[in-house]
Amino acid sequence: MNERRRNFLQTGGGMTLLTMLAATGWLRPHDAAAADAWNVAAFDGKSMDDTMRALGAGTPVPNSAITFTQTPDIAENGAVVPVGIASAIPNTQSIAILIEKNPNMLAAVFDLPAGTDPSISTRVKMAQTSNIVALVKADGKYYYAAKEVKVTLGGCGG
Amino acid sequence: MADPMRIRATAAGDSTEVKVLMSHEMETGQRKDAQGKVVPAWFIQSVTATCNGRTVLSAQWGTAVAKNPFLAFRFKGGAKGERVQITWADNRGDTRTDEAVIS
Repeated sequence: MNERRRNFLQTGGGMTLLTMLAATGWLRPHDAAAADAWNVAAFDGKSMDDTMRALGAGTPVPNSAITFTQTPDIAENGAVVPVGIASAIPNTQSIAILIEKNPNMLAAVFDLPAGTDPSISTRVKMAQTSNIVALVKADGKYYYAAKEVKVTLGGCGG
Repeated sequence: MADPMRIRATAAGDSTEVKVLMSHEMETGQRKDAQGKVVPAWFIQSVTATCNGRTVLSAQWGTAVAKNPFLAFRFKGGAKGERVQITWADNRGDTRTDEAVIS
């Protein structure tokens, strides 16, 4: 009887510790794997400087070898804005899409292993007329290009 | 479980062009519902594409990627008949993997 009670207490104690760990965010049951790779600071960045810092980009240099493809000058619907970015910089390692006037600027980061063309396209949401910034990492250095897209109907809260 | 992705992979010369259409709400966490309550964020955080076990693209996404995301990219290699596999994971811990044969 006594022994059983001891066992129960031990198990109970263990459970509490686990729960506490989970509550403090030490152990997150489902998104542990995703959160490992997901750059929280960068995606939460509210200003261009913060986001660049979180990405480790410092002060990127403008480069005309980065081009926008399939990106409209005027987007009628901010909820679906096609964006294509191509980089002609040798050894392009990653391409990031930032939207200057969105609540969180960083929209997406694409890591391109060797053998993948430095050209991607996707669709993003834009809250209002803003610059879209393409940030390219090549050979460990960061470059960018920007394009203004006018939005006639915002993509958030609409 | 989320709806399947639509993937099209086409061999063009020595590279393969992949187009993916995923089915996901991509809720930003900024929107409010009719009662004025904030709709919690629910979005795809990571996307990985592999071909023959080789990773050809990996991406991290934020909330600003549009609903039912579209993605297009090209990679060198990949012959007709080989398979391209795409996996996404969202912030609720849901994942989905689909594959397509290169044509």
